[in-house]
Amino acid sequence: MRRKLNIFSNIDKTVLFLYLIMVTIGWVNIFSAEYTEYQRFTLDFNSSYGKQLFWIATAFILGAVILATDVRFFTGFAWIIYAVSLLLLIGVLFFGVEINATKAWFRFGGFAFQPSEITKYTTALALAAFIANRRTKKTGGTDQIRAFLILLLPASLVLLQKDVGTTLVFTSFILVLFREGMIGGMVLFFGALAILLFVLTLIFNEFVIIGVLAVTGLVAGIVMRKRQGFIPQLTGLFMLLSLYVYSVDFAFNNILEPHHKARIEVLVYGEADLQGAGYNLHQSKIAIGSGGGFGKGFLQGTQTRFNFVPEQTTDFIFCTIGEEWGFAGSLVIIGLFVFLLLRLLYLAERQRSVFSRVMGYSLISILLFHFTINIGMTIGLVPVIGIPLPLISYGGSSLWGISLFLFTFLKLDAERLEMI
Amino acid sequence: MFPNSNVTLYQTTGKGFLSRGLLILMHLNNNTDQFSGRRKVISGIILGVGLMLLVRLFVLQIADPSYKAFARSNYLRHLTDYPSRGLIYDRNGDLMVFNEAHYDLMVIPGQVREIDTLEFCELLGIDRAAFESRLAQARNYSRFRASVFERQISKTTFAAFQEKLFRFPGFYVQPRTLRRYTYPVATHTFGYVGEAGPNIINNDPYYRPGDYIGISGIERAYEKELRGNKGLRIRMVDVLNRDIGPFQEGRFDTIAVTGKDLYTTLDAQLQIYGEKLMHNKRGSIVAIEPSTGEILSLISSPSFDPGLLVGRQRTRNYRALQNDSLRPLFNRALMAQYPPGSVFKLISTLISLQEGVIGPGTTYGCQGIYHAGGVSIRCRSHPGPVNVVSGIQYSCNTFSSIIFQNTINQSKYSSIQESFGKWREYVQSFGLGRHFGSDLSYELPGLIATPDYYDRIYGPRGWRSQTIISLGIGQGELGVTPLQLANMTAAIANRGYYFTPHIVKAVGSPENKNDQFGLANNIPIDQRHFDVIIRAMDLVVKEGTASFSAIPGIEMAGKTGTVQNPHGENHSVYVAFAPVDDPKIAISVIVENAGYGSVWAAPIASLMIEKYLNREVERSWFEQRVLEADFLTAQ
Repeated sequence: MRRKLNIFSNIDKTVLFLYLIMVTIGWVNIFSAEYTEYQRFTLDFNSSYGKQLFWIATAFILGAVILATDVRFFTGFAWIIYAVSLLLLIGVLFFGVEINATKAWFRFGGFAFQPSEITKYTTALALAAFIANRRTKKTGGTDQIRAFLILLLPASLVLLQKDVGTTLVFTSFILVLFREGMIGGMVLFFGALAILLFVLTLIFNEFVIIGVLAVTGLVAGIVMRKRQGFIPQLTGLFMLLSLYVYSVDFAFNNILEPHHKARIEVLVYGEADLQGAGYNLHQSKIAIGSGGGFGKGFLQGTQTRFNFVPEQTTDFIFCTIGEEWGFAGSLVIIGLFVFLLLRLLYLAERQRSVFSRVMGYSLISILLFHFTINIGMTIGLVPVIGIPLPLISYGGSSLWGISLFLFTFLKLDAERLEMI
Repeated sequence: MFPNSNVTLYQTTGKGFLSRGLLILMHLNNNTDQFSGRRKVISGIILGVGLMLLVRLFVLQIADPSYKAFARSNYLRHLTDYPSRGLIYDRNGDLMVFNEAHYDLMVIPGQVREIDTLEFCELLGIDRAAFESRLAQARNYSRFRASVFERQISKTTFAAFQEKLFRFPGFYVQPRTLRRYTYPVATHTFGYVGEAGPNIINNDPYYRPGDYIGISGIERAYEKELRGNKGLRIRMVDVLNRDIGPFQEGRFDTIAVTGKDLYTTLDAQLQIYGEKLMHNKRGSIVAIEPSTGEILSLISSPSFDPGLLVGRQRTRNYRALQNDSLRPLFNRALMAQYPPGSVFKLISTLISLQEGVIGPGTTYGCQGIYHAGGVSIRCRSHPGPVNVVSGIQYSCNTFSSIIFQNTINQSKYSSIQESFGKWREYVQSFGLGRHFGSDLSYELPGLIATPDYYDRIYGPRGWRSQTIISLGIGQGELGVTPLQLANMTAAIANRGYYFTPHIVKAVGSPENKNDQFGLANNIPIDQRHFDVIIRAMDLVVKEGTASFSAIPGIEMAGKTGTVQNPHGENHSVYVAFAPVDDPKIAISVIVENAGYGSVWAAPIASLMIEKYLNREVERSWFEQRVLEADFLTAQ
């Protein structure tokens, strides 16, 4: 097989193009969110849009360096990179600064760096190396436990920083494990069921839910009574679910922290407390809802410009898009993400190397999780979990993390034909 | 850079990380990738998530319009600029009513965030419960419209708030104005300003809760002129309640227009002097310029400081005034209705003269008592016999009764209903028994019984002139307000006409004359009859019942009255005008429960006239006597 000399010609142009367009859209909206009428446009490097320009430029350089790097570096040093990132996570607990009650940042002058954003990438490297190297191809067993440990280690360290949002991002690797056959479809099903039951239990009395489960089980038992061993399985499942439902209330009231509880309550019980916990969500929905079909126009968003929306350049950047560009803008953003994800899926599936495929799926999983949760929280579909919208939100660590990931995968993809 | 390698290079084995990295990459897919079907599940999840978000966004952005309204109310603040109310001057350009700035603390409940309630309450001097209840009340009115949180905060509180306002989103300070008075007089005439009540707000879209409106007096009658026009500014504010600028470059803003100044007909010095004279007395003084109908002074006593009905203490003060047994809130000058007593003889004599029942030479004897049917009317001793002039001069009841009886009994009228109806028309032509339709608030019409009234009581054939004989001497079914008495006097001074009495000369500027009262109301009585009556009134002062009150150097024509009061001491009444040849002032004085008209009412009128015409009062002992008189604490 002949290899093209120029690495750039082998790169997937679609993904590269989507990457550039999304970063640009992000910057424009960060600018708009910060814009005030009385402030003439000057390239102010103390402002978010000014800093983001720096982050974008460095992300490009980073991308170029990665494209120029020998692919063997990522595989060969995967574990070392993983270890170093874990050390950074430990280091930040001692030497980091606290921003927004989260001790997740190193500060260098005017710039702050969040190692946990990079850890998603390094964890993916380690997981990919592990899965590519594993001996057996069966589900279950020690491999599964090891894979979970690879994920659990950074997730726990991030949780120690009190950054629940980023911790939850690690659950998205379940999709990777699912694709690689390390967990079955039932895990996804029961995961979804657990979330559903959790929400339902908060809305209805837990005994009502248990009753409904019992009736469903009874009907299922009667219909499938011919199948061998089904009845004991069903009984066991019913008891397990009942126990879960029964414990949800307890867990909700005793384990979750008050502000987390409030965020879920706001979602489940509606916008009762508009001045308190519901304020952010309410303002966010006002911003997006008031955008209408085609939005108020660039720099015309009153909700975001007058700071009614919190964290408007970072976690709530979608408010600016929704308000100023309306449903049309929302459609473009969601279309871009879905297109990017499906394109990455296509690229991942065409990899010949397991390592590359796992890297591809890891990238997809993380992007999908961020995309779903971030937009979902601004429109009241999921509780407010402070994670950025990839490539769009302001933030150097996030952009670097995603760029590292994306260009690594593009590099692997460009070199895929080298791996016989 | 990536080495210019080929496949064989990759197959090179060795130690080191790069070689191990190669090994990892060598784990290739093979055809046994049994889980490749799961990619469909994952792409399904991706599409599902995208669809779910889009549906939700469609509902939020297109299907549900409520968020657009929320957004507006969030950042738009409708600010009202309250114009200062028009000033009120007296007839000489003396400023009597003006404004003083104060500040209301406003709240927009929808914008209130978690604030330091403790600090807020300390600044305002209220407790937490009051804070909560006021906020709840404001929220009850509207989440997005401003309500008054605390009215008329002091300057120091205002200063403290202004500094810390950014810490209390949803609150702001609204400048307003309050009435101030140069002299504590003419309270009833000026009236007062209060907050527009729910009735007004529901019926007039101009008024919003917290707006001020004239409740009584001039403030009420000239509300539209005085209030000016509120300005509306739509400002944009950010989440910290900071002003960002005008909404759409102020396209929807309106500018506040200051209220128009009023130039009243009042003479401030005369008003002050009159109120001083009426101190410790119950009653009223009304002085009118006959040639114009302009009210020079309008006094109702007891009165109170107009400043009491301004500001935060208004409600409390009002309640106290309401409970005062002397009824200081009652505007006697316009609303108290008395039988006029002997001063009414002026009118009844004029009617008899016009009807031709008597002539200037007609004479009747007086025995000190007059018997009409079952009624006996007594008369004070005076030289007799009496004619028209001396009848007035000595206020002879016999003379008045006879001529009244003769007027009603005239054979040219077919019935008493007709003749009394005619008589009543004459009386009404003097402005008695009906509304003037002037620019005064709450003026009462007084009372003159109608023929129907007597028909109802006595039956159509059951009453005769003797039945109603007391009307001839100004008693009986007659009710006249002090304003009507003064106007009647002005009409006599004018010898047959009057201008509707009014209180405002000019609106906006002294040149912009109030001409709605410029048309004379004519009385269907010939001028020559007035000349006779005026001669008699002149004699009343020169050598009649009011000679005690004659003013050196000023020709005054007057008539005393003593109104019988079944509830206590008689009311002292006096009407007069001066100078006789060129009347500048017509006046009525009523002092309740003070006895004879000549003793108290006439001296007071005499002092008022002297004060008005000479600007100085020289009869100090005479003045002193009136000032010291006290009919309130004595009772």
